[in-house]
Amino acid sequence: MAEIALSAKNLSVHYGAHGAVRNVSLDFAAKSVTALIGPSGCGKSTFLRSLNRMNDLIPNCKVTGEIWMKDRDINAPGTDVVAIRQKIGMVFQRPNPFHKSIYENIAYGPRYHGVKNKKKLDEIVEESLTRAALWDETKDRLHKSALALSGGQQQRLCIARSIAVKPDMILMDEPASALDPVSTAKIEELISELKREFCIVIVTHNMYQAARVSEKTAFFLTGQVVEYDSTDKMFTDPERAETSDYISGRFG
Amino acid sequence: MAKSYDRLEGKPHLTEEWVGKAYTFVCIMFLVITISSMVYFVASKGLSTFLVNGVNVGDLLTGLKWNPEADIPLFGALPFIFGSFSTSILAAIIAAPLGFCAAVFMVEIAPKFGRKYMQPVIELLAGIPSVVYGFVGLSVIVPFFRDTFPGQGIGIAAGAVVLAVMILPTITTIATDALAALPAGLKEGSYALGSTRYQTISRIVLPTTLPAQMTGIVLGIARAFGEALAVQMVIGNAPHIPHSLFESTSTLTSAITLSMGNTSMGSVHNNALWSLALILMLMTFVFVFIIRMLERRSKL
Repeated sequence: MAEIALSAKNLSVHYGAHGAVRNVSLDFAAKSVTALIGPSGCGKSTFLRSLNRMNDLIPNCKVTGEIWMKDRDINAPGTDVVAIRQKIGMVFQRPNPFHKSIYENIAYGPRYHGVKNKKKLDEIVEESLTRAALWDETKDRLHKSALALSGGQQQRLCIARSIAVKPDMILMDEPASALDPVSTAKIEELISELKREFCIVIVTHNMYQAARVSEKTAFFLTGQVVEYDSTDKMFTDPERAETSDYISGRFG
Repeated sequence: MAKSYDRLEGKPHLTEEWVGKAYTFVCIMFLVITISSMVYFVASKGLSTFLVNGVNVGDLLTGLKWNPEADIPLFGALPFIFGSFSTSILAAIIAAPLGFCAAVFMVEIAPKFGRKYMQPVIELLAGIPSVVYGFVGLSVIVPFFRDTFPGQGIGIAAGAVVLAVMILPTITTIATDALAALPAGLKEGSYALGSTRYQTISRIVLPTTLPAQMTGIVLGIARAFGEALAVQMVIGNAPHIPHSLFESTSTLTSAITLSMGNTSMGSVHNNALWSLALILMLMTFVFVFIIRMLERRSKL
């Protein structure tokens, strides 16, 4: 068994009285891609957002259970949430570049985490953009507004921005659902590249995407994990009838 | 059969549309005529100081002595212009951080409590008559300044504090709207990089909403610039540039309200007051222009 980067144990999420995620336990292997699939409202995005404590920002949202990272329960009270989010980056459904230059978008995180040296920042910006396959397209306009980039470029910028703070894990919440097919292909290529170094968890509506990019897939239904196995097995020989019905497009 | 085709001629509908169009057109024309007549009236009166009475424009704008009733009348309005600008800008310097921070509290820190209780209270400030502000300023702020700092207490500082409270609702309301309109994704993006709320607000929220914040501040300055009564009550109304913030001075508006009733239509003094009004009006146009520019920039 590969090294485990993060492990959720009996994680439940409630919005007020409504239980969105119920008793989910999943392990995520380091240096691999795990896909979370399932129909709308099944709790996969909510679960993902709990992993780096983004749900703390939502009033009425209560996350119970344990999230183990190395040998710490990061869902325990008293955890430094801000430090957690530096270790576990996140890319959102809609590209959300800051209203700043491309350079400043990348430098924002590292600068806050203590990198003041201009030369060091330049290096981080170049390295992050290169790894997000965006350097060639942007090296001549680093100080132009990030908002002038196309949707796909903006999303790669957001990925570069996450890499720049040197996380262990990157959570992606339907990162390609607002993009055209060509941009989507680029993002998927990028994910396959990034998994050499990071643990990536991706929520997707697109089952083919899950099949293309992930090693393991978890199928969510009404707030619970129905099945969790290697992607090959899930897509060719699932154990559960619900999984095969969903994957073959009979519902969802 | 023939009957059902009658409607195709559609005359009743056309009449209805025509009446509606005509009615709205009359309304907008009424507004346009009213505003342009006012501009024409103020301009013709204000300009006659220079055209009819032969006062030099430069003398009025840069002169330091205002004594229209003297044997050789002097029309130096610089003290008033200085007073208007210094009180309004100082008021904005006091009110802007307060307004922004209040808006941050209402939107980011305690949205429920803020929206439900704080916002109505702040908006209530906008409805208080200016004479009440002036009265409170005169009986609380002026004595406080008089006891704390050297000087008479009245002056730019007292005027600016009163104006700051008066323009606070404008600045806060616009700041609140700007913060609430910020896409949630931007803030999440910042949090997801491991930044604190303080960092997110100071580095992302404030810069992104800056054009809108500036609009609020300029609107506040414009309101402060035009406010007459409350300022007049606490500023002292001496027509000279003061040596300190706590010394009697005057503004364009207070000069007009104080003397307008004591001059006769058509006299030089009266015309000179119209010139002050013209300066006020032109400044208002400048403020509106600045706001337009800011709005255009914020759309990019």
